[in-house]
Amino acid sequence: MTAHQQPPRGTAPARTYPDRWERYSPRERAVHWLWLGGIALAAAWSVSALDIEWAFFADAHEQAVDLVERMWPPRWSYLPRIVQPLIETLHIATLGTMIAVVFALPVAFLAARNTTWNQGTWLIGRAMLVLSRSINTVIWGLVFVAIFGPGPVAGICAVAARSVGFIAKLVAEAIEEVDAGQVEAVESTGATTLQVYGVAILPQILPVLIGTTIYRWDINVRESSVLGFVGAGGIGLLLYASINQFAWSQALVILIAILGIVIVSEVLSAYVRSRIV
Amino acid sequence: MTAATAARPERWRPPSLFGSPGRRLAFWALVCAYLIWSLSTLNVDTARILAGLPRAWTILERMVPPDFSRWQLLLTGMVESIQIAIAATIVGAVLSVPLGIAAAANLSPRPLYLAARGFIVVGRTFHEVIIAIFFVKLFGFGPVAGLLTLAFSSAIFLGKMLAEDIENMKPGPVEAIRATGASFGQTFFYAVVPQVLVKTLGVLIYRLDSNLRHSTVIGIVGAGGIGQTLSASFTRYDFDFASAILLTIAAMVAFGEWFSDWARRRLR
Amino acid sequence: MSAEVQAAGRPRPLLAVEGLTKVYPTGKKALGGVDVVIDRPQLVAVIGSSGAGKSTFIRCINRLVEPTAGRVLLNDEDIVALDRRGLRAARRRIGMIFQEYNLVERLSVMQNVLSGRLGYVGLIAALRYRFPPQDIQAAFALLDRVGLAGYHDQRADALSGGQRQRVGIARALMQRPDLLLLDEPTASLDPKTSRQIMRLVRELVAERQTPAIINIHDVALARAYADRIIGMKDGLVVFDAEAGALTDAALGRIYGEEDWSSPQEEDEELPAGPAAMASLGMMT
Repeated sequence: MTAHQQPPRGTAPARTYPDRWERYSPRERAVHWLWLGGIALAAAWSVSALDIEWAFFADAHEQAVDLVERMWPPRWSYLPRIVQPLIETLHIATLGTMIAVVFALPVAFLAARNTTWNQGTWLIGRAMLVLSRSINTVIWGLVFVAIFGPGPVAGICAVAARSVGFIAKLVAEAIEEVDAGQVEAVESTGATTLQVYGVAILPQILPVLIGTTIYRWDINVRESSVLGFVGAGGIGLLLYASINQFAWSQALVILIAILGIVIVSEVLSAYVRSRIV
Repeated sequence: MTAATAARPERWRPPSLFGSPGRRLAFWALVCAYLIWSLSTLNVDTARILAGLPRAWTILERMVPPDFSRWQLLLTGMVESIQIAIAATIVGAVLSVPLGIAAAANLSPRPLYLAARGFIVVGRTFHEVIIAIFFVKLFGFGPVAGLLTLAFSSAIFLGKMLAEDIENMKPGPVEAIRATGASFGQTFFYAVVPQVLVKTLGVLIYRLDSNLRHSTVIGIVGAGGIGQTLSASFTRYDFDFASAILLTIAAMVAFGEWFSDWARRRLR
Repeated sequence: MSAEVQAAGRPRPLLAVEGLTKVYPTGKKALGGVDVVIDRPQLVAVIGSSGAGKSTFIRCINRLVEPTAGRVLLNDEDIVALDRRGLRAARRRIGMIFQEYNLVERLSVMQNVLSGRLGYVGLIAALRYRFPPQDIQAAFALLDRVGLAGYHDQRADALSGGQRQRVGIARALMQRPDLLLLDEPTASLDPKTSRQIMRLVRELVAERQTPAIINIHDVALARAYADRIIGMKDGLVVFDAEAGALTDAALGRIYGEEDWSSPQEEDEELPAGPAAMASLGMMT
């Protein structure tokens, strides 16, 4: 076999072809190295500052096995005790989501460029989104427990506070993508703004609204299970207590119960959302 | 033409989302019934709530203006949260590679696949706070527990995403590279990696942002970071400091999200 | 190697397929014992209806599909009997071109073309794209030959279908193969581009003296460009002769009875006319 390509016989004399080729220009490669270097630096900085006791990890697997042995078998006799808190957890998630939807709709209209009053109101709407979404449900729980005292009310408010931003952001995006032609058609009949929203925009965003709400409800079931840690109701309190008292087999029962309701809510949520689209 | 004009209906209702007025009625009845049931069974002491409202107002008043005088404490907490988030994402990413490959139906033998998928399902169910409590119990208070918690949950999330990417891979290019006589390693790097790399990087950045959010929370149960600072301030009724911390958290998370969006857009 | 064969003067076949059989676990018999001999560099078209076994036949040659029985002798070496390492070495000598082009879309044209040499370089070199200078030159030359000079740094998914197939052809030729396999290479292309690709393949077969087996469903293309046509039906070869010998009667044996000379007819009738309109309630 010849070492390099021969041109077809009878055509022009052999052309010379380059024998070197680089995928990335030197500048591109420099940028890649900078990124890699930056990431390595960030990694080293974060791990080094975190004072890790490497000795701990030596027997970590033994500790894990020990833990599993203490947890098994689950203390099923504890089950009746947790039914009521479990239901409370579900209520917190559901009521919180319901309240959130009510508030999310107006906030979404505020935060959407095509339905907001002016630049100022849009910024207010956006700020509300950022505030609601940046603060985790559990942290909201802390805030509301301080305000309303411990109990499910704080939990419901916490769930609602976090969910408003989540739902409103996605609905606002849907509002911005609404078919402008339909809106114009209704506007040209002389309808008031609210009528336009109700007749032209709402039907278009309804699937997104419902789908997002159900999706958030599913997430909220998971979040509500831990609100009890900060005193905001639900089964979290019992779980925290069990773990602190080293009542591992009890804790396992609670974990299994939580696993149960989260899986059920996920299946339900997926089913309903598939029926909507 | 008479048949069509004879029976024109006098009233018209728009088609209901529910398919029939009966179902719509049933839905709203269900909602009302649920509200009544839940509100009655909930342990709500309305008298106490109402009595607490003026107290609530006082607290809100005390939260404004936020007190930034102890900003060094704020900074330390924030830095620690960021460090936990970065380190956890990296450790989680490393752990997610074997997990993701094991959970990919087209690469992994069936029993391993089922075990990996089962592990992912269970791991995803539990909130990071629950996992944090366990790690705090095992490794004590402090950022190490936080790192482990988020590394664990990151590995599960990233592993699931990786498995899905591998399963959605186009088999054609892999077949073509195989057909040139390439080895398994060459096929992996020439046909598999380019297909999943960009999406995986995007997911990594997304997870970094998520971890930043979560790192603020797990401190509440003692796993380090600014959450611990926040929890302490509430316990001590330092509401103005608390609101300063809340604002800092909001700013940090918002920045993280902006960075995540920017980086993922540049990746395209 | 065809040059050696001609030099030695022995009529040694380039490719000999003997009794190739493929039965799937479900019991479906895709190939029922196929015998084909290619003894000179020619363009062989395999035609037949869907499910006749054309694609299975092609893929059994380089064992992308594992045959159940039979031998595939490429230069006197039975590919079916090879172990994994031997198979890799054999696959290096067979270039394959696919219907869906099967390029790695996020990579550049050059990276895709160079990946044809993967069977000849080690893993580390491959990762660092350190291919020998001769290979780089060959890659540029091939891109020029298939009409894609200057495209080497374009991303593969920025190219049209016809251009992508040319990259696929360049990739296969980078292997400097003893045999080319083409699995429906024009099925995803428009008629004009299809003919350009077929023309290119025929030219390359002649230039490089490399036989090519092409699985194709378009009988007209097969007739126009192939030297030899093999017709398959139900997993067996029912026709094997020069392209010129393909009569309508032979086509009938391969595909079943059909009027091959008349143009295609519309299959559906659109509803039109007063009856349909009335059903929509538009008439008063």
